[in-house]
Amino acid sequence: MSLIADLTLSRGQQHLHAAFTLPARGVSALFGPSGAGKTSMLRMLAGLEPSARGHLTLNGTAWQDSDSKLFRAPHQRAIGYVFQEASLFAHLGVKDNLLFGYRRIPESRRHIQPDAAIGLLGIAPLLERPVARLSGGERQRVAIARALLTSPQLLLMDEPLSALDARSKDEILPYLDSLTRQLDLPVVYVTHSMDEVCRLAEQLVLLEAGQVIACGPLADTLARMDLPAAFELEASSVLNGRIARVDTHYQLAQFHFAGGVLQLPAGRLAKDELRRVRIHARDVSLSRSPDPASSILNRLAATITAITPARHPAQVLVQLDCGGSTLLARITRLSLDTLQLAVGERVWVQIKSVALI
Amino acid sequence: MLTNEDWSAIRLTVELASVTTLLLLAIGIPLGWWLARSDSWPARITSALVTMPLVLPPTVIGFYLLIAFGANGPFGQLTQALGLGLLPFTFGGLVIASVIYSLPFAVQPLQQAFQGIGERPLEVAATLRAAPLDTFLHVVLPLARPGLITAAVMSFAHTVGEFGVVLMIGGNIPEQTRVISVQIYDHVEALEYAQAHWLSAGMLVFSFAVLLLLNLFKRNGARS
Repeated sequence: MSLIADLTLSRGQQHLHAAFTLPARGVSALFGPSGAGKTSMLRMLAGLEPSARGHLTLNGTAWQDSDSKLFRAPHQRAIGYVFQEASLFAHLGVKDNLLFGYRRIPESRRHIQPDAAIGLLGIAPLLERPVARLSGGERQRVAIARALLTSPQLLLMDEPLSALDARSKDEILPYLDSLTRQLDLPVVYVTHSMDEVCRLAEQLVLLEAGQVIACGPLADTLARMDLPAAFELEASSVLNGRIARVDTHYQLAQFHFAGGVLQLPAGRLAKDELRRVRIHARDVSLSRSPDPASSILNRLAATITAITPARHPAQVLVQLDCGGSTLLARITRLSLDTLQLAVGERVWVQIKSVALI
Repeated sequence: MLTNEDWSAIRLTVELASVTTLLLLAIGIPLGWWLARSDSWPARITSALVTMPLVLPPTVIGFYLLIAFGANGPFGQLTQALGLGLLPFTFGGLVIASVIYSLPFAVQPLQQAFQGIGERPLEVAATLRAAPLDTFLHVVLPLARPGLITAAVMSFAHTVGEFGVVLMIGGNIPEQTRVISVQIYDHVEALEYAQAHWLSAGMLVFSFAVLLLLNLFKRNGARS
């Protein structure tokens, strides 16, 4: 069960090559700087770029095969597509927008029912309102539910949060979270926000100048050290874990993961919550001694597994193994030599900040 | 006040304008759609041809239609071969001339309305499983409603108001081709100014009312 794409598209000076294989479940993020071709690649998957050439197969069914002149038009592909702006039909009310696709698929293929989609996105109170009176976040939720109601085999989302302000983003993210966890549906999610990637994705496809430069499980791909300079700023580790204890006096929560324990600001965290955290390479420093006299709370023992030059000649990237979890640290070359660090050495990792995502 | 002849001219005018409007919508919708979406040379040439009645004197159009549909003209021979006889100086001839003369008034608002919709609603509809014709009927036409209404109203009003083309191709036959504008001309020629006033003032009021309504409708449409 997988999505296999090998599609090319040339437009003037721009050449796009979408070549990747993604598992047919979970969220795969297409990430890259603007102009990298993320949206065009998503459109190629949807069939919205008729001049694209190559092959596209979902779960063994060919949707496109230029060798045999096979091209399924967008309306013949079982996709749901969420555009950057919500694109609700202005001439229809919320309810008719929602059911537009639902009414156009045969009854036997309606796996997702209106009540389920309405509940999943919390849009029951909006049904009777005119489209023009919805906020940006509400429109996008209706658009997502509308796409789900076509019972797609593949959900394509093109920066669904980018046109929204921070508050609407926070409003939608929990819905996206539960939607991707509850539905057994592969999602390809285009974004230029690494925070969204870290929060939602299991697979990561990195794009630069129309080419795929890395593709694989999120944590592994993010921790790779052979990536081009454009992605070094995002170099980070993503850890999955559980909130084991909440200290109400100091307002700190203990986050247990494979490899140790981290302290996080408690916020509204509850015991036993499953969460993901992201640690930037720039927020990790290394030390030879445990140094308990520091104000930094999060210290872990780790083993150096690789060292590579960073983009800046003064810096290096150090990859560490911490009880099975991979961490990245960006430190100066001077520190590397002063501390005489080398692959295989045991060191103490100090983490300045941990982002809960 | 109005004589029987005046009433018959009014009836004929409304009939002509109604038939012309229906035909213009039937032709203008596909034509406007094609012109809105195509950038090809045939589309550009067609666009220029469709616009020509706006700048040509009606007598020029009437003159060439008369020749083309006359006994020796190519279309005249065609209509004769089809057993339709000759169209000049008949109601049918008047309809054809009106359709050609009012074509830009139907095609331009439709073309603009279609262009204004943009590509996105079509793509959205396709990703929601709508085939192209389905999309056209249930997304494009409803979204182009203001353009459709403007096209229909302008076609009707412009047909009611034409004179030169009608006189050239239709002549002045009571019950068949004598429309209001020709009837007014007759009254003035015969120095029956009172009669001419009734019809002329009626046309004034009608035109003003139509344009005012269209304006109000457009403002409302823009607000909602």
